[in-house]
Amino acid sequence: MASHTLTINSKNYTIDVDPKMPLLWAIRDFVGLTGTKYGCGIAQCGACTVHLNGTPVRSCSLPVSAAVSKEITTIEGISTDNSHPVQQAWIAEQVPQCGYCQSGQIMAASALLKKNATPTDKDIDAAMQGHICRCGTYPRIRKAIKTASVMMASAKK
Amino acid sequence: MNLDKNISRRNFIKISSLSSAVLAIGYYMPAAGKEPEVLKTETAENLGINLNAWISIDSNGKVTIVNHRAEMGQGSFQSVPQIIAEELEVNLDNVNIVFATGDQSKYGSQITGGSSTIRGSYKRLLKLSASAREMLIEAGAKKLGVKQSECYAEDGHVIHKSSGKKLAYGELVAEASKLDPPKNVALKNPGNYKIIRKPLPRQDTPLKVNGSAIFGLDKKLPGMLYAVVERNPNFIGKVKSFDDSAAKAVPGVKHVFKIQVDVFSSKREGVAVVADNTWAAMQGKKALKVEWDNTGFEHHSTDQLYAKMNESLKGEPISFKTQGNFSSAYSKASKKIDAVYETPYESHSCMEPLNCIADVKETSCEIWGPIQGPDWIQRDLSEKLKLPMDKVIVNMTFLGGGFGRKAFTDYPQEAAVISKEIKGPVQVVWTREDDTTIGPFRPGMVYQCKAGLSGEGRLEAFETKMAGQNMDHQNPHADKSSFNSSVTEGFLEPYMESITNYSFGDYPLESPIPVMWWRSVYSSTNGFAFESFMDEIANAAGKDPLDFRRSLLWNSRYQDLITKLEEVSGWKSRKKNEGYGVAITECFSSIVGEVVKVSKKADGKVKIDKVWAVMDCGWYVNPDIVRAQVEGSIIMALGAATKHATHFEDGKAVEKNFDRYPMTRITDIPEIEVHVMDNEEKAGGVGEPGLPPFSPALTNAIFDLTGKRIRKLPFKLEEV
Repeated sequence: MASHTLTINSKNYTIDVDPKMPLLWAIRDFVGLTGTKYGCGIAQCGACTVHLNGTPVRSCSLPVSAAVSKEITTIEGISTDNSHPVQQAWIAEQVPQCGYCQSGQIMAASALLKKNATPTDKDIDAAMQGHICRCGTYPRIRKAIKTASVMMASAKK
Repeated sequence: MNLDKNISRRNFIKISSLSSAVLAIGYYMPAAGKEPEVLKTETAENLGINLNAWISIDSNGKVTIVNHRAEMGQGSFQSVPQIIAEELEVNLDNVNIVFATGDQSKYGSQITGGSSTIRGSYKRLLKLSASAREMLIEAGAKKLGVKQSECYAEDGHVIHKSSGKKLAYGELVAEASKLDPPKNVALKNPGNYKIIRKPLPRQDTPLKVNGSAIFGLDKKLPGMLYAVVERNPNFIGKVKSFDDSAAKAVPGVKHVFKIQVDVFSSKREGVAVVADNTWAAMQGKKALKVEWDNTGFEHHSTDQLYAKMNESLKGEPISFKTQGNFSSAYSKASKKIDAVYETPYESHSCMEPLNCIADVKETSCEIWGPIQGPDWIQRDLSEKLKLPMDKVIVNMTFLGGGFGRKAFTDYPQEAAVISKEIKGPVQVVWTREDDTTIGPFRPGMVYQCKAGLSGEGRLEAFETKMAGQNMDHQNPHADKSSFNSSVTEGFLEPYMESITNYSFGDYPLESPIPVMWWRSVYSSTNGFAFESFMDEIANAAGKDPLDFRRSLLWNSRYQDLITKLEEVSGWKSRKKNEGYGVAITECFSSIVGEVVKVSKKADGKVKIDKVWAVMDCGWYVNPDIVRAQVEGSIIMALGAATKHATHFEDGKAVEKNFDRYPMTRITDIPEIEVHVMDNEEKAGGVGEPGLPPFSPALTNAIFDLTGKRIRKLPFKLEEV
């Protein structure tokens, strides 16, 4: 066990955990933010995706010690009032069904759009293919990413 | 919306009466086959009648509906309020929905299965909300000193037609609650719907895009510990011994002990590791050394299972349904067709792995979790823990997928057994590997099909024999001589009348592998066999597959669907280098037809270009939810047809996680176009019926393009 200070959504949390504990469980069980989900534990499904210094990572496979002194953003840090264009687009296209994988999907989509404001279908495939949705919301995810891209462009004008 | 709050009837009345005036009414079923009766909750309480569902309107005009079904993605949290708001004449934003706790005595069956939430209760919900509206109109007319017939309701107000004077519902609830619900109420004509039939956005969406929706795994209780269980990978064997020294050395691990739970009529043993956080419990499980006693039952491999199924088909079936004389008609047929189809075992693989919280005390037990059948769990735990039914409270959270798996009682029982042992609240968490390997699975099936055609290509004789595990036979005291009641699930009703001589038989397979409903249940595999075979028959008859089906479907409802499907898919104008396949199946009172279009890529490999689906679910609430469910069903079917399957080696599941059990991903998805039929038929299911026609439509399309007939699932698209 060791003390770790994590910066999550611009707030500092000090927790006493095994340095090898995956960031996912530190966030869920110790920090108490449950929007980040456990899906597979082997970086295959993307449900646990958070941003580490702005880059999407699989928190189930990243030891907590590797996240110290980095900026961690979880779904709760995207916005709690659904004001982020990706969240808005997800609502507009009625993407979620069960909703369990959507935190991870939104984290991937928001990172993609930050890097690439007008992604093609190929770009979307590359950014989103690591994310599993058992309900099969993929057609709407694709549509919503394009909708978010348009929303972001018109907000800039 | 209040989503992390469960509510009992007694508490509901208590809460309702706190806000002083309320109108609270519900319905109950006086007897089987009788019309539902609407009563005030107060009257019901005094008479000792348990209401099935109820709504209340408070002095602010806010409406609350207590929902007795689970929300697992299928949209009951939107569909049920849309029904209520329509007949009650209120804005949807004023309708709040809360989960009911599991209680069979109050709600009757609460199982969210068989695509039954809407089709099972929509008429009652319409009547209930129309009754409340009429009571408010009566109270409003009285207050205005005018005749009731001169008033109408709109947007939460009672309005006097000629003067335009109006009163808000909130002002009328006190008066209305003194009135008796009307004996009869007229329901709206669907043509006048303002809220039903509209693609209104789901009320649970905002919670599902910012991480605030509470799924089972997100629920926490003060002082709660976490349990991970090493279960017997052979399903029913015993724990011979275990060494927990390394597990107990993991920081955070508090307890390690053997547990046993019921899985149908078998017992499943395992060793539970309880810790103060999830990861420690997972590490503890990895460090366990368990020796199993797996004597006394067979350890099947996949090959052995299918060999047994094929062997059994040589014997006599348990006959399900016959008409005319198949054998005689088949022997006289001028053309004979036969084929064998095979479908795999599958894991449900909900994105939220199984989990459940239990807090068992001396005299009570409370459960929280992602649960499809709360009343079943109440009954099961009442028996297991020897507690009265009313001392077992089952709370539903959001479900991160269900697909049939979360209707089973094993994982809540594990939580209860562990909580009882440690004398405190605990959450049992299944790892993804547990979730993929322990089952229950969708059963693997083998279908042997035969058909005979007349010289003119008329279908004279039809036979299917189905071999595989029978889900009902697993139950204690099951009558194993009974046929599988779902042998013909998925098969179109009118076919039965068009085919003069048919025979359907069941060959149940005995195996220790637990099996369970998987989205659309037997139809999910039956549909592949029936509609592939129908295609083979059409081809042998030299007929267009769509026209051939049409010739057997005399009824206008089916004709309308097939015509629509033909139109939207451009079936008749397809090009030479395109393969088109069609399939139509029927289950849970809905009919779905799908056309798949395939073509060859530059490298010669087959790709799926597009899927058209036409859904006829009769009366429906929200067309966008219907479309979403059909899209999801097609994508789930695509996975089971071309991506994944569960295999067994030495009686254990081989595929453990998404690396070996690969799901469909965004890169696999063709364009999907869904059409919903508008008609006056009764409401059918929405969550499942879109699944069965996809795989036969796909393999029929591949046959159309390449001449290659695929009779075994799954297959790899890139290997066609």
